[in-house]
Amino acid sequence: MSMNETTNSQQPFLAVEDLTVRFPTPDGVVNAVTELSYNVELGRTLGIVGESGSGKSVSSMAIMGLHDRRRAKISGSIRLQGTDLVDVDDDRMRRIRGNVVSMIFQDPLSSLHPFYTIGDQISEAYLAHNKASKAQARKRAIELLERVGIPQAGRRVDDYPHQFSGGMRQRAMIAMALVNDPQLLIADEPTTALDVTVQAQILDLLQDLQREFGSAIIIITHDLGVVAEMADDVLVMYAGRCVEYGKGKEILTRPEHPYTWGLLSSAPHLTGDPGQPLTPIKGSPPSLVNLPSGCSFHPRCPYASRLPDDRCVELLPELRPGGRGAGHLVRCHLPNPDEIFVDEIQPRIG
Amino acid sequence: MKGLHVMTESTTTTAPARISEGSGSTPLLEVRNLVKHFPVRSTGVVRRVVGQVQAVDDISFTVQRGSSLGLVGESGCGKSTTGRLVTRLLDPTSGEVRFEGNDIASLRPKQMLPFRREIQIIFQDPYSSLNPRHTVGSIIGTPLQVHNIVPKNKVLSRVQELLEVVGLNPEHYNRYPGEFSGGQRQRIGIARALAVRPKLIVADEPVSALDVSIQAQVMNLLESLQKEFGISFLFIAHDLAVVRHFCPEVAVMYLGKIVEVADRESLYTQPHHPYTQALLSAVPDVRQAQVGGRRERIRLFGDVPSPIDPPSGCRFRTRCWKAQDICATQEPPLQALANGHRVACHFAAPPTIEDARASQAAAAEAVTLESEGAVADA
Repeated sequence: MSMNETTNSQQPFLAVEDLTVRFPTPDGVVNAVTELSYNVELGRTLGIVGESGSGKSVSSMAIMGLHDRRRAKISGSIRLQGTDLVDVDDDRMRRIRGNVVSMIFQDPLSSLHPFYTIGDQISEAYLAHNKASKAQARKRAIELLERVGIPQAGRRVDDYPHQFSGGMRQRAMIAMALVNDPQLLIADEPTTALDVTVQAQILDLLQDLQREFGSAIIIITHDLGVVAEMADDVLVMYAGRCVEYGKGKEILTRPEHPYTWGLLSSAPHLTGDPGQPLTPIKGSPPSLVNLPSGCSFHPRCPYASRLPDDRCVELLPELRPGGRGAGHLVRCHLPNPDEIFVDEIQPRIG
Repeated sequence: MKGLHVMTESTTTTAPARISEGSGSTPLLEVRNLVKHFPVRSTGVVRRVVGQVQAVDDISFTVQRGSSLGLVGESGCGKSTTGRLVTRLLDPTSGEVRFEGNDIASLRPKQMLPFRREIQIIFQDPYSSLNPRHTVGSIIGTPLQVHNIVPKNKVLSRVQELLEVVGLNPEHYNRYPGEFSGGQRQRIGIARALAVRPKLIVADEPVSALDVSIQAQVMNLLESLQKEFGISFLFIAHDLAVVRHFCPEVAVMYLGKIVEVADRESLYTQPHHPYTQALLSAVPDVRQAQVGGRRERIRLFGDVPSPIDPPSGCRFRTRCWKAQDICATQEPPLQALANGHRVACHFAAPPTIEDARASQAAAAEAVTLESEGAVADA
């Protein structure tokens, strides 16, 4: 099912449009997210990829209404089933957060309260949005712990977070996020702190749950492998902006943006020639206070010099339709990305 | 112990200590039956020893000159402890650590000094492994002075040389670590390790705290340094793709034991130990996903058991879909297969598609058993 088929007739489930988040600081304004737009439909998964400081977490925290309004200047719109989350007051947001939209954080140890039992913390999330007795809430907590695969959930519900292993804590966090049957689940680096075999368990679990409940998932990660396994659509962010957006498989096999090329060719693989040197992206990500002129990626882009009149230095490229089918968008001046990809990038990434 | 004698003598003089060179065929580092147990003590006035965390239990491996051995495994498998034992940041409980033929496992600090110069370590976290109140010049210069490598007036120029080698601006020697990015700090850590011209570097997760694009920069730097200076690496990482890229030989650890050692080609294409197979099948990889979406994957159930009370026999048996009675009673030795590939499993075999299915069935069964157990308990 392509995204266009569902969006033509009705509004998308989640529509983020021109989302901009800035933090004024004594050192200048931090441009954390600039004019970000994307849609997510129920039952689909969007993967947001980028390095530290690319704005991937900041943008999703805006959906959850987790930014301090006195510190963050947020503009644009985040429409969830028609309601604009940028405008809603705190009361309304409190009813949405953890109920319609919930979030899983990277580090389960610091996101769980060490003084309360796992069961109390899950019950609290349930009681905040439902008229129920404590006993009912506890029952619901056990039910969810079972669903996320905690053995002997009836007993483990009274454990404290430190009595759980890393993988079990992440399962408990997922149970807490799911307690109110959210329609949108935001997973911010959900497996980064976990070992690979545990990561595989958690990714499997998220996919099983999505199949069962039909919710929409936004998964934020720096790991292209995770995106490849999980995401239907992929959004690549750099310095607060979307640089490439499209269907997961196409973006990962034949991207058009030099930054996406860089991400693909700098990661080592489990197959192919191990002697092949990695091709890193030179330099490091820019400061969000002083963004480079024109295309933010131009100081690190090996192709910027190939274009005439310093175009990349002076002109911010528009997000224009790319060659990978409907919905593919790319923010780059290069007129012939496919040629460069076939000649120079493909031999590198095999 | 002729080597030891020569060495202790030379430490008393100011001249740089020389260590007896083994013959050409001696491996640079040879670890034999290395054991590290951490005592667990009771609380209270008399802190009796009530148990032992068997962090590293009887492992043996060698690192050849100019080569790299990768050590992979999940958290708590003992790979970092091994790195710290080899560098003698921890004292082994028993076993031998032979560096160029000299056993350094139980040397006293003073005897250890010349070896500290030969064996260096790079840490995972570039933020906590550099003193924030020291300038980069003093961080990199201190080992030069401790080991009397260059005269005092030459320290600065050597520091600048080193900064250049690792790709930093030599004029930045007066800056503090806080003024550098994560990737740059990792380069400072590498420069500090290089300062004493070591023969062996233990790299403990050197790139796992870095972003992908920066990770590639640091990996390429380590590779070029290895080529240029002929340094051997004990490369510790949890990322199987990173280890594959860097190390011609790889050892897989589980719960304090080495379960499989082989050359890269053989280990990654024909893993024989069920745990190695599970690890490899769990890694999400862009290329594999490109080919055919989700694969049949080996599913492991449960968590790694406690190293205080590891399972009898084979330590992996509690999570293994192939486990039989013999696995509980007899510990499988690390045995060599035809091509030098060594594996510790009673049922070692290359992976088949049945493994994935059997593992999934076993995982499902384990979950039902556990919940039935809970019902019975209640």
